[in-house]
Amino acid sequence: MDLNKLFKAMLVAIPMMTISACSSTSDSETDATSVNSSTESERATGGVETGGVVSVLTPQEQQRLKYQELRKEHIIYFDFDRSSVSAQFVEVLQAHGEYLIEHPNVNVMIEGHADERGTPEYNIALGERRAKAVAKYLQGMGVLHSQISNVSYGEEKPLDMSRTDDGFAINRRAVLVY
Amino acid sequence: MKTLGKWLFLGLIVLSVPARAALDIVITEGIDAARPIAVIPFVWQGKGPAPQQISDVIMSDLTRSGTFKSLDELGLPQRNISSVSQFVAKVWSNVGAEAVVMGSIKPFGSEQYLVTFDLVDLIKGQQQSTSGPVSSSDHLIDSRETVISLDQFRQYGHRLSDIVYEKLTGVRGAFLTRIAYVVVKHGDKSPYHLMISDYDGYNEQMLLRSPEPLMSPSWSPDGRKLAYVSFENKRSEIFIQDIYTQSRAKITSFDGINGAPVFSPNGTKLALTLSKDGQPEVYVLNIDLKALARITNEKAIYIIASLPSNGLKRITNHYAIDTEASWSPDGKSLIFTSERGGRPQIYKVSLASGKVQRMTFEGEWNLGGSILPDGRSMIFVNRTKGKFNIARMDLKTRFMQVLTSTRLDESPSIAPNGSMVIYGTTYQGKQVLAAVSTDGRFKARLPAVQGEIKSPSWSPFL
Repeated sequence: MDLNKLFKAMLVAIPMMTISACSSTSDSETDATSVNSSTESERATGGVETGGVVSVLTPQEQQRLKYQELRKEHIIYFDFDRSSVSAQFVEVLQAHGEYLIEHPNVNVMIEGHADERGTPEYNIALGERRAKAVAKYLQGMGVLHSQISNVSYGEEKPLDMSRTDDGFAINRRAVLVY
Repeated sequence: MKTLGKWLFLGLIVLSVPARAALDIVITEGIDAARPIAVIPFVWQGKGPAPQQISDVIMSDLTRSGTFKSLDELGLPQRNISSVSQFVAKVWSNVGAEAVVMGSIKPFGSEQYLVTFDLVDLIKGQQQSTSGPVSSSDHLIDSRETVISLDQFRQYGHRLSDIVYEKLTGVRGAFLTRIAYVVVKHGDKSPYHLMISDYDGYNEQMLLRSPEPLMSPSWSPDGRKLAYVSFENKRSEIFIQDIYTQSRAKITSFDGINGAPVFSPNGTKLALTLSKDGQPEVYVLNIDLKALARITNEKAIYIIASLPSNGLKRITNHYAIDTEASWSPDGKSLIFTSERGGRPQIYKVSLASGKVQRMTFEGEWNLGGSILPDGRSMIFVNRTKGKFNIARMDLKTRFMQVLTSTRLDESPSIAPNGSMVIYGTTYQGKQVLAAVSTDGRFKARLPAVQGEIKSPSWSPFL
């Protein structure tokens, strides 16, 4: 059948492709694109190695790098039926807050979420309280009111659908969205 | 290649299996307590096969009510009769059922059918068969004769079930009703679907599909419109949509929460939750009936015409969460969930005086309450030892009874005759709907064929 023909054609074609690949390496030294990669680096460096000094960062620069790293974290988690920001997320919020203060034209949307326990209506209220707790923290740092908006999705957008205690913990969250 | 062809063929067969009820029902408890009833398949008096069976609808309705169970038709002494005139009381004397349903279907012009129905008393028949022969019409409880079209078979079946249920229990049947619910298909581009179907899951229709959450569907008292919450604009907003014309209007779009819309019993007001003034509070909005009529009459899709919101009245005023209001049957007060006492509990507020009164004290949390149509008890979500279940409380004695033993129960909605509660729960890790009779004896699960399903709302009588 057709498949058989294709297979036979490939039996012929594959060795041909290999031959052409081999021949290109011996043809020209300057044609770098067709050179096998394992020999490329040796030829390019010519055996020379470079050295350097690690630049010393000022404390401000170190802080900035640290905050940059912390800002990659966008999610603050909460305890069951609670909306207070726990100590372990203070640094993350500070990193976001500093950034927002430095960039007053940047806005952030805070989404509040709840786990699936309780009624959807109560969880919408709980999610809003969580989003507002985060907003209040940022405002306390000096972030402008106009930079922050919030929305509560309650239990409608779970991250984890296992409905286990671990899953519930993942779903009780506020998310900073830029 | 031949095998591949075979598989493709099989795949096509699987795909072309005709669609049926979107929600299958699995009765999990309560068959034993149900009252036996006999339903004889309606006799087809036409040529060829019968177009549809009405008695199947009746049988399934009566079983789903939790009040009745139909006897195996193969064990019935007369299986080919269609009216009380053919009924022989003597041969039924050993049948352990209180009544027998029978009828006939006959072609009546093009695409029309004449359907007859008789409901025959068996208890009277058994008593009289011992005291000598009597006229067979003495056993007749009810009798109907109607011409219907093919697309009315299921509807008429529900109508007949309503008659049987009401004649035998004294309570109006709720078989001609619908439910609204939200289906979530995680992973889809537009995962959130607002759906309605007949109460038994047949005739499912999609009213709205959205990439963002849809919540809290709630019926207007005329069963024509649904109020619901949509996040389509990345914020919560309340809409009212006509289920026939598809037109809809945005009702509120305040800052913060716009949630939990519920029509008043006379349809002139909407109770809702707004957090525009800080924390969630319960409000009542006067509905401009003329504007609402416009939603119904103009057939255009997606009319966004904000109703005037000058008729907005704040009902609660507390720094804690106040939400999910529900109307008392007389429309004079609201019950709502508040955590003003520290934990969510159910409170009642009089709309005339504004007086607030706590209603629940038992268990850790009580929330999401609604009052039964008779005004005597309340259905709500109770949390005891960390478990969320549907409960009922007598309003006078405060006696509370937990009705369910399913997991993560929420969103209870009461049938208009007060006999049954439909609610959201989880089964095998998925959100499904379940039903429990308001006396807690009958329990059933209605798993969705596809996706997760939540936020059920039972329509009024249609």
